[in-house]
Amino acid sequence: MLGLIGKKIGMTQAFDDAEMLVPVTVLEVVPCPIVQIKNRDSDGYLALRIGYDEIRSNRLNRADQGVFKKAGVNPHRGLAEFRVDDVSEYAIGETLNVSMFEAGEVVDITARSKGRGFQGGVKRHGFRGGPKTHGQSDRHRAPGSIGQSSNPSRVFKGMRMAGHMGDEQVTVRGLKVVSVDTDQNLLLLKGAVPGGKGATVVIEKRN
Amino acid sequence: MDAILKSVSEAQLRDDVPKFEAGDTVRVHVRVVEGEKERIQLFEGVVIQRRGPGIHATFTVRKISTGGVGVERIFPLHTPRIAKIEVLRRGKVRRSKIYYLRDLRGRAARITERR
Repeated sequence: MLGLIGKKIGMTQAFDDAEMLVPVTVLEVVPCPIVQIKNRDSDGYLALRIGYDEIRSNRLNRADQGVFKKAGVNPHRGLAEFRVDDVSEYAIGETLNVSMFEAGEVVDITARSKGRGFQGGVKRHGFRGGPKTHGQSDRHRAPGSIGQSSNPSRVFKGMRMAGHMGDEQVTVRGLKVVSVDTDQNLLLLKGAVPGGKGATVVIEKRN
Repeated sequence: MDAILKSVSEAQLRDDVPKFEAGDTVRVHVRVVEGEKERIQLFEGVVIQRRGPGIHATFTVRKISTGGVGVERIFPLHTPRIAKIEVLRRGKVRRSKIYYLRDLRGRAARITERR
């Protein structure tokens, strides 16, 4: 669905329409220009390609510079694509901004979660660990049994174990828009969003 | 980035909050919304704590209800649900959180007035 790219500023609290104090994530959504419009004939599907995070052209390689030059748009750090049903109302060079969202609307957020490093089963998969008392030693956060005995004599693939956690793409669905600030290009969402401060997030409208 | 965060909440801060601290007796005029109708409810008692910066700030008011039951209510300091805060009496206390008041009743729970 149609969406925008933003930057996570951080979390705070705000009073919503019902005058309740709710937790909010603040996202900065700088207007994004449309760089390319994909159509059925040449691409096989309909989509808008937008640029986000404006930078100097010498920071891009020649190939990427060419993309922006062709569109007549200032160079941007990244490109993102959103599928739409109807492209007729959009034109290359036009910008999309936060005003496409309104308070009360529900959106989906995709971003890269904070890296947690190598974590054990308790934190990574919510294992319960072992008993804390009754003569236990070195079993407090152990994963327990990981399989059977001589039959099958191996550990099944996909067995949940300790390992790297976080720093992966996470989508949070159904976050409510608390308010939209078109002057400062800010979007306030109720609840938490993956990633740390400054993380790049994809905000998608839903239908 | 933190400056942006601050600017977001600043607009919702109230500028009509009177000066009061733990130990003070206040009367809070709470706007109660019941469907269409709205009325003012009073909650009067001793402030036993104030905490939090900016928009996160809250305060707790403790009153002794009928039957000698202690009732505490925590208000967000900047909530639009509060119509008015009246400071009735300034109390002299030596700490910022006077939780010890919960264990005291009657005459022992009195707080001397500050002048």
